[in-house]
Amino acid sequence: MSTNKEAWGSRIGLILAMAGSAVGFGNFLRFPVQAIQNGGGAFIIPYLVCFLLLGIPLLFIEWSTGRFGGKHNVHSTPFILDSLKQGRQWKYAGVFGIFSNLVINAYYCYIESWTLSYMYFSLGGTFTGLDQSQVAEFFTNYLSLNFSTTGLPYESIIFFLICLVLNVWILSKGLRGGIEKVAKLGVPLLIIFGIFLAIKGIMIKQGHNGAVSDGIAGLDFLWTPHFDSLKNPKVWLAAAGQIFFTLSVGMGCVQCYASYIDKNDDVALNAMSAGWLNEFVEIVLGASVIIPISIGFLGVDKVIELTHTGGFGLGFRTMPYLFQQWGHVMSAIAGFSFFGLLFIAGITSSLSMGTPVMGFFQDEFNWSRKRSAITFGIIVLMLALPTILFFDKGVFDEYDYWAGTVALVVFALLETVMFSWYFGLKKGWHEITYAADIKVPNIYKFIIKYITPVILIFIFIGALLRPVNDDWTNFKNGWQLHKESILGKIMHKGIGQNNTYFSNEFYAEHDGEVDSIYIYHNQNFIRTSHFNNNEKKYITYQYNDKNKLTVNIGDKVKVGDVLYTGKIINNLFYVDMSRLLLLLIFTGVLVMIHLAYKKNNKKRSY
Amino acid sequence: MNTTALIIMLTVQITVAALAFYFFYRVLHANSKNKKDNDNDLSL
Repeated sequence: MSTNKEAWGSRIGLILAMAGSAVGFGNFLRFPVQAIQNGGGAFIIPYLVCFLLLGIPLLFIEWSTGRFGGKHNVHSTPFILDSLKQGRQWKYAGVFGIFSNLVINAYYCYIESWTLSYMYFSLGGTFTGLDQSQVAEFFTNYLSLNFSTTGLPYESIIFFLICLVLNVWILSKGLRGGIEKVAKLGVPLLIIFGIFLAIKGIMIKQGHNGAVSDGIAGLDFLWTPHFDSLKNPKVWLAAAGQIFFTLSVGMGCVQCYASYIDKNDDVALNAMSAGWLNEFVEIVLGASVIIPISIGFLGVDKVIELTHTGGFGLGFRTMPYLFQQWGHVMSAIAGFSFFGLLFIAGITSSLSMGTPVMGFFQDEFNWSRKRSAITFGIIVLMLALPTILFFDKGVFDEYDYWAGTVALVVFALLETVMFSWYFGLKKGWHEITYAADIKVPNIYKFIIKYITPVILIFIFIGALLRPVNDDWTNFKNGWQLHKESILGKIMHKGIGQNNTYFSNEFYAEHDGEVDSIYIYHNQNFIRTSHFNNNEKKYITYQYNDKNKLTVNIGDKVKVGDVLYTGKIINNLFYVDMSRLLLLLIFTGVLVMIHLAYKKNNKKRSY
Repeated sequence: MNTTALIIMLTVQITVAALAFYFFYRVLHANSKNKKDNDNDLSL
């Protein structure tokens, strides 16, 4: 059985590693956009309510079950669950703790590599002289793989490989010699970068360096409360979702980190400390960086438009341009700080995702740390290649949706039910409060047993049946599913006219007029334009040299009109193939859990 | 800046920062106490 002798070097190292695991891109890019779209300052009410009723209970559950598993020398989610109620099938629920981490890491490492490359581009002055649309286009080109600023082919893949090798190398150094050192250096540095950028943002003055308004107007915009929004279930679901994703719960990372603490160590204070440190980074720093800077230079209307595509668009397509307004030297420092901050947030999270998989290999197959880390890296590379090569075909989104969203909610619900109802809250409460350095309020017994599972059920149902336009009151015209709802996804609600795997014709997805046909970086594009609420919108379609165009500039096209002909592979093919791949991985992990159980069952200490 | 927005922002941010530092201080304090109890103990 396991000869896994990993341990944390210090309690501070553990707290910083756990906080680093929770602090991710979402703290800086997702939270402020969610707040803007869901009631501004009023959003903080459902957000904090969900933190108290959902976030803290899940942290208590995961920390205490992790320590319980560690006591029995198991350090991966399936067998931590098995140690709680051995002989039952709960270990198979732990599949999520391996599956999610493998799949999320595959695309998370890719995003991490964007931040690394953007640090390099910022320092090298790559964005100097580019206007806003050119900076936005730079990001699109960077993802297209054919683009290079250094002369090296496949530049984005090279940056990804650097990131992946760095992750594997740090993981191979273990908890004390790798992850803990990164966290002790990275988390304080991230806070320093965050404070620097927040001060720079707030200090923006209208009229200086081309600013159209004060940076403080951004804070005003973000924090002005719209209390009416609290009546909308969408806002509460958004708050619950944000709390859920910001704390890295439902993935097995927290359990795995906690499984390496001593059986007589506190978990209650540790959980509170790491949780609130994450909240500090999100609410104090995350809310004070991208919104003040972008509103300062672009104004409120433009930022509202940009945030419709989420925080990532704002972060990578817009921020490098905004930093240019501060002059050559300061833009390099600000760009390096901003993308450095995101890189640290990313790598501390991706390392935590590697640990449960490493723990599984080390415990169940007696593999060395180095062998486990390299195997983890190879699997992540294999899974990442489809997302990188077919990024614009929807593969990335599929990974994020099924492994990074749905799987987390399902696993959190399963572990909460198991902890409260099968392991039993009496024993569970003992685990939470044993050797605690703080008094945990008794009300949490009730919250953990009843409130948290109910909230998780609501989140799951909300995701399953999410209606079009997030209008939860529209029962009269029949329930129209949102294309991002679980059922909507399964039914391919987001797929338009090109709804077959292969075709000889490609159809227009929107009405409009062909306004340009062009070649950019060896890729061919047709662009159509149309008006939406008096605003001109553009739709771009890509085609290849072997396709034959059936439209010309100036042609009016309607939905379903043929734009070009040839041998065409539609996005639906890539979407379904990525789902099949995810299903295979999920099944493969289940089989490995079963084999590990059979192999080591008699040697286990519980 | 709008007064309501300013009050909400300051209240929330100061409270969250205070709680984060308070719990972190408690960890530091508990950690140093443990160290005094057993100087050679490297566990948490």
